[in-house]
Amino acid sequence: MAIEQDEIEKIAALARIRISDDQIVQVTRRISEILHMVDQLQAVDTSQVEPLANPLDATQRLRPDQVTEDNRRDAFQAIAPAVENGLYLVPKVIE
Amino acid sequence: MHDYSVARLVRGLREKQFSSVELTECFLRRVAEQDRHYNSFISVDEAAALEAAAAADQRIGRGEGGILAGVPIAHKDIFCTRGLRTSCGSRMLDNFVPPYDATLIQRCNRDGAVILGKTNMDEFAMGSSNENSFYGPVKNPWDTSLVPGGSSGGSAAAVAARLAPAATGTDTGGSIRQPAAFCGITGLKPTYGRVSRLGMVAFASSLDQAGPMARSAEDCALLLNVMAGHDPLDSTSSEVEPVDYTAGLENSLEGLRIGLPKEYFGEGLDPATGECIQAALGELEALGATLVELSLPHTELTIPTYYVIAPAEASTNLSRYDGVRYGYRCENPADLYDLYTRTREEGFGDEVKRRILVGTYALSAGYYDAYYKKAQQVRRLIKQDFTDGFEQVDVIAGPTTPGPAFPIGAKADDPVAMYLEDVYTLAVNLAGLPGMSVPAGFVGGRPVGLQLIGRHFEEARLLNVAHRYQQATDWHLQAPAAVTGGQP
Repeated sequence: MAIEQDEIEKIAALARIRISDDQIVQVTRRISEILHMVDQLQAVDTSQVEPLANPLDATQRLRPDQVTEDNRRDAFQAIAPAVENGLYLVPKVIE
Repeated sequence: MHDYSVARLVRGLREKQFSSVELTECFLRRVAEQDRHYNSFISVDEAAALEAAAAADQRIGRGEGGILAGVPIAHKDIFCTRGLRTSCGSRMLDNFVPPYDATLIQRCNRDGAVILGKTNMDEFAMGSSNENSFYGPVKNPWDTSLVPGGSSGGSAAAVAARLAPAATGTDTGGSIRQPAAFCGITGLKPTYGRVSRLGMVAFASSLDQAGPMARSAEDCALLLNVMAGHDPLDSTSSEVEPVDYTAGLENSLEGLRIGLPKEYFGEGLDPATGECIQAALGELEALGATLVELSLPHTELTIPTYYVIAPAEASTNLSRYDGVRYGYRCENPADLYDLYTRTREEGFGDEVKRRILVGTYALSAGYYDAYYKKAQQVRRLIKQDFTDGFEQVDVIAGPTTPGPAFPIGAKADDPVAMYLEDVYTLAVNLAGLPGMSVPAGFVGGRPVGLQLIGRHFEEARLLNVAHRYQQATDWHLQAPAAVTGGQP
């Protein structure tokens, strides 16, 4: 199906991706082409078919709720763009 | 040494014909001198490689070390390597140096293998031509005007150009098999869950699987022996015990039933490629196999099904790249929303953004049932096709791709045309089956791949069929002119 430009803008906002004004027409056209291709699925009768989420039909394995990992906070924060006092820094959210 | 198989290298190292340091130096030199023609590597840490090689030599000297001890392996830049940049072909991870090793890397290192370097790939493994890399396209060693296939195009090109004896890859919709076919090497995508996904950057979690890429089935079997096995840290890792994948290589093919899906030989298949595949099937018949025609009626629907499920899962997986915890962050964000949206605009390439948008759409309120749930239902029908087929046959065979490698740029501006390249490989991932590509001839100097598909966890049978085929043929021994002495 064709998708309108304002719908792409809505989806892009949900996906937290900025699309510049000079790109939006092209992006809308490409996404429309892809959605048109996947629309073949609508013709298939799947009324009696269970969805398949895992190719082996496996379900989530459970384990005891115990800590098994070391705390490696310093190693993980060392690769962050901005940290201070063990916290990740982002632009101010609340004035 | 650069033209030796992994099996031959293992023997040479054991018998002290050469050391791992000598071997690693040989391949590092080849990479340094020749990779400018192919762009198959993103990162190489020569000092670390030589240090690992020296350690492997000591272990071999003590009679220790595993089967791959001292063998240099190139790893797709999707596997986290502690202390070595892991970019996933993306600007988003251009500065990412993982604080841990992927389980696959850990297993190879523990065995004594040497990390030769990290190979180029389509960004986040999304692509069929390796043109979607932040680090530029990879070129096919058989003809540098052609694509090497994708997304594991760097791994395939490095092995084909004899810059590495073997490599690792990942396959979400054909990303091991298609580049293996285009570059004239052997690649195996194991059963879903056979190889751990921990530390392998996630694309589509119900489809992703890692596997070996090498020049022969025997070499792939050696690698899979090290790679396969249960990992408690990957909740989708299988608890089915791996077997010794080299044990059955020599088994006779007498009585083997090979199914030929009529949908894989219809219009859309390049006639010359089809002839190569028919000749390969004739060879398998001569080795004792019986050919049986069958049908996989939902083949045409594998493309739309895949291109809903994979983007949907990708949009979820890639939401983690937020410019906060690691990876790229935009300059001077005005506020948190600006930080997220501009980081992701600047950090992701066009194809990745397209797939995130399609996936977000397919999962969004009001469209979930029509797209994502629908695709999952058709996915079950696709899997059922194979369940039915494998009641009649032991292995399914056909072409890996509709045709040989195409020129760089030929399909770059048409995503849907590029997606059609995957028509024979996607179903294997949707059904979670093991699949292989094996060199089976040439069309105008461009390699052709024979695809073999097996039942769940029957990797050993695929390797057996491929190995017997490779004993009867020499397609897998052919090397690009640049390797045998000509100019790239």
